[in-house]
Amino acid sequence: MAETTFTIDEQPIPFTPGQTILEAAKAAGIYIPHLCYHPEFKAHGGCKMCTVLVNGRTQTACTQKAAAGQEVDVDTPELNAMRRTLVQMLFIEGNHFCPGCEKSGACQLQALGYEYEMMSPHFVELFPERNIDASHPDVLIEFNRCVLCELCVRASRDIDHKDVFAIAGRGQDAKLIINSPTGKLGDSALAVTDRAVQVCPVGAIIVKRVGFATAPIGERLYDKNPISAEVESCEIPEAR
Amino acid sequence: MPTADPIVSAIVEKYRNNPTYVLQILREAQEALDWISPETVETVASGLKIPRTQVQSVLQFYSFLYDKPRGRYRLLFADNITDRMAGNIALFEHMLSRLKLKPGVVSSDGLVSVDLTSDTGMCDQGPALLANNRAIPRLTMRRIDEICDLVKAQAPLDEWPADLFRVDDNIRRRETLLTPIAPGVALDAAIARGRQGMLDEMKRSYLRGRGGAGFPVGTKWDGARNAPGAERYIVCNADEGEPGTFKDRVLLNSFSVRVLEGMAIAGYVCGATKGFIYLRGEYKHLQAKLQREIDEMRAGGRLGASIRGAAGFDFDIEIHMGAGGYICGEGTAMVNSLEGKPGRPRVRPPSMVQVGYLGKPTVVDNVESLAHATEIAVEGGSRFAKRGTRTSTGTKLISISGDCERPGVYEYQFGVTIGRILEDCGAKTVSAVQIGGASGVLLTPDEFSRRIAFEDVPTAGAFMVFGADRDIFEVARNFAHFFAHESCGFCTPCRVGTTIQRNIMDKIAEGRGSRYEVNELRRVVEFMKRTSHCGLGETAGNAVRDALNKFRPAFERRLHAKDFAPAIDLERALEPARRITGRDDAEAHLETEGS
Repeated sequence: MAETTFTIDEQPIPFTPGQTILEAAKAAGIYIPHLCYHPEFKAHGGCKMCTVLVNGRTQTACTQKAAAGQEVDVDTPELNAMRRTLVQMLFIEGNHFCPGCEKSGACQLQALGYEYEMMSPHFVELFPERNIDASHPDVLIEFNRCVLCELCVRASRDIDHKDVFAIAGRGQDAKLIINSPTGKLGDSALAVTDRAVQVCPVGAIIVKRVGFATAPIGERLYDKNPISAEVESCEIPEAR
Repeated sequence: MPTADPIVSAIVEKYRNNPTYVLQILREAQEALDWISPETVETVASGLKIPRTQVQSVLQFYSFLYDKPRGRYRLLFADNITDRMAGNIALFEHMLSRLKLKPGVVSSDGLVSVDLTSDTGMCDQGPALLANNRAIPRLTMRRIDEICDLVKAQAPLDEWPADLFRVDDNIRRRETLLTPIAPGVALDAAIARGRQGMLDEMKRSYLRGRGGAGFPVGTKWDGARNAPGAERYIVCNADEGEPGTFKDRVLLNSFSVRVLEGMAIAGYVCGATKGFIYLRGEYKHLQAKLQREIDEMRAGGRLGASIRGAAGFDFDIEIHMGAGGYICGEGTAMVNSLEGKPGRPRVRPPSMVQVGYLGKPTVVDNVESLAHATEIAVEGGSRFAKRGTRTSTGTKLISISGDCERPGVYEYQFGVTIGRILEDCGAKTVSAVQIGGASGVLLTPDEFSRRIAFEDVPTAGAFMVFGADRDIFEVARNFAHFFAHESCGFCTPCRVGTTIQRNIMDKIAEGRGSRYEVNELRRVVEFMKRTSHCGLGETAGNAVRDALNKFRPAFERRLHAKDFAPAIDLERALEPARRITGRDDAEAHLETEGS
């Protein structure tokens, strides 16, 4: 039906009622960047990477429902500059050292940095003091790399039904916490097979002993194709 | 498994093991035990059958909950710019030295800690502090000495002189809102009009939300009334956390009949049977009094079933205490907080009137808006709309503080000029006025003919006056610190942007800023405004933006002569190395004094 289309960058896009702008775009093969969004889970809307202009107003495409006649701007120099700033903010907020990271080449934050031409961190690094939790036999948590997307929180709650993760604290004190008597991952109910282990878009939740045993850096997912090529499937790639 | 503390278990049971009360439970547990230990977390989590992380999330979100011991006496000095102007730092340091303490560090005997906190709603009678959440205004050196003596003598707070805790209303100007309406009169008037009739009057009045956003209250009520579902809720937003505002404190203290009956009228119109007052933690001193009034209303048939004999008019009110969090004044964050979660804003749509508290249609209205509803019930919407301007009807309470002779609460009809207000409060040689709090606007004398109204200068009521000698850079820097502290952390631009803004302001304050930092501030402010999730981030740069536009010399005279100074300070960068090696000798510093 003619009334069930809206436009993205002046191109008509069909949608089914209830679909978000991001879902409709993806179905039409148009890339809208995202970090905290994942099709398996309720949208979060916090990272703001998927910010678009809807009839001139900024909205997150992962939460905003598509509506007939909407005019949506996605790929404009202004919006792309804004996305670059967001990626820079995420970089300087944590401690991200790509060359030494097991996730390099398969990390969505890094891939977004390339996609939006981030040539420098721009802002002064905050260099927060964060720890590593290596107490679990199979899984490592590198809090330095956490971007607070809450994907592991949602996966552990909604799919694994274990509630292993949560976010606590406010502002720059916001952090991932672990549900165990000691607060350590090793004392939690987490298993390496949990969905929560697989959904981390960055190198914060890492399966031990496979980080560098898979495809070498340079031959990984985003080494081959930019993240924007990934419109057909939103499956979070594993580091192999 | 740790053994359940009987005190904590009793509190959990008192709240019928209902997880929506986790914040209330933690507040009460802390009052009894001084802090929330890991054992308390376990007891609460198992009692409520929720993950311990859910309890920890709440515990770590609110400023007045402590997951580490902070002493039996926890003294927090309000640190709004008006407290600064009134000399709070000298008082703070005096107390620290008398008690031999460092800021925020508990004494070695575990007795006391002293720290700073955000504005506490006492700007008309500051400097102020909170002693275990109880407000002590009008601080002087003598008062500080008195408090130090009481702490050292380990006198229980209940035995401290009552005058210490006396909070004045400071009402300076009244019109229709600061006029009592006898109990039951407004309820009877609303019942006589009927549910639809009362709604029509609300719409006719064109009462707009007094929290600052100005959404028409009648339209909101209509939306909730028509939303599908049987259960609905009314929430009275009594979390006025905007620095410089305190007018709701006065309404809740002296006009609570109007506020509470306004809530009942909202319930009557919308078909809600339950209401919450979300009372900011800083107003704990009002809690017992409000509870007594709610109990009296219930006993007198003004709350409960069939109010004033009207069949089907059932409504009751519960007080829900906040625990330090500016963001909880945002409607969706408040509803999350009511549900026992951290006060992070929700994604909109859906709107609160469709999907609010526990997923049910919910009306969140400001204290002042609800109090106005009683006036509209009694006199009708048309008469109400005759006051004020055409698009900003009725009167508005203004909380005046700062450099003026008569700080306090003033009631004006909308449309009053800034100049008139300044004249009334006895403000002379004014360099600027901050209207609407830290998130508001800074106006200079050439703008004092502007009017308080939604169509000109909208405000929730904060009005801070800065005299000719005040350093507006420091005003903006105080607000920048405020927002970095109060950002909830949900969205990237606000969580990181408020910190970047604060750090740049600090760099400029240290004399290390350059033109680059000034331009960068502009970019960050604009970025936060465009991309943040909620009003906090959107307005977090307003004060800095206005100060930059209107008080540029206050920045210029601090700027480094060069185009740019690097962020890295080598001397400071050595600090972690000194800490790790335990050294602090001259060789461990870049250069020594005079070398």
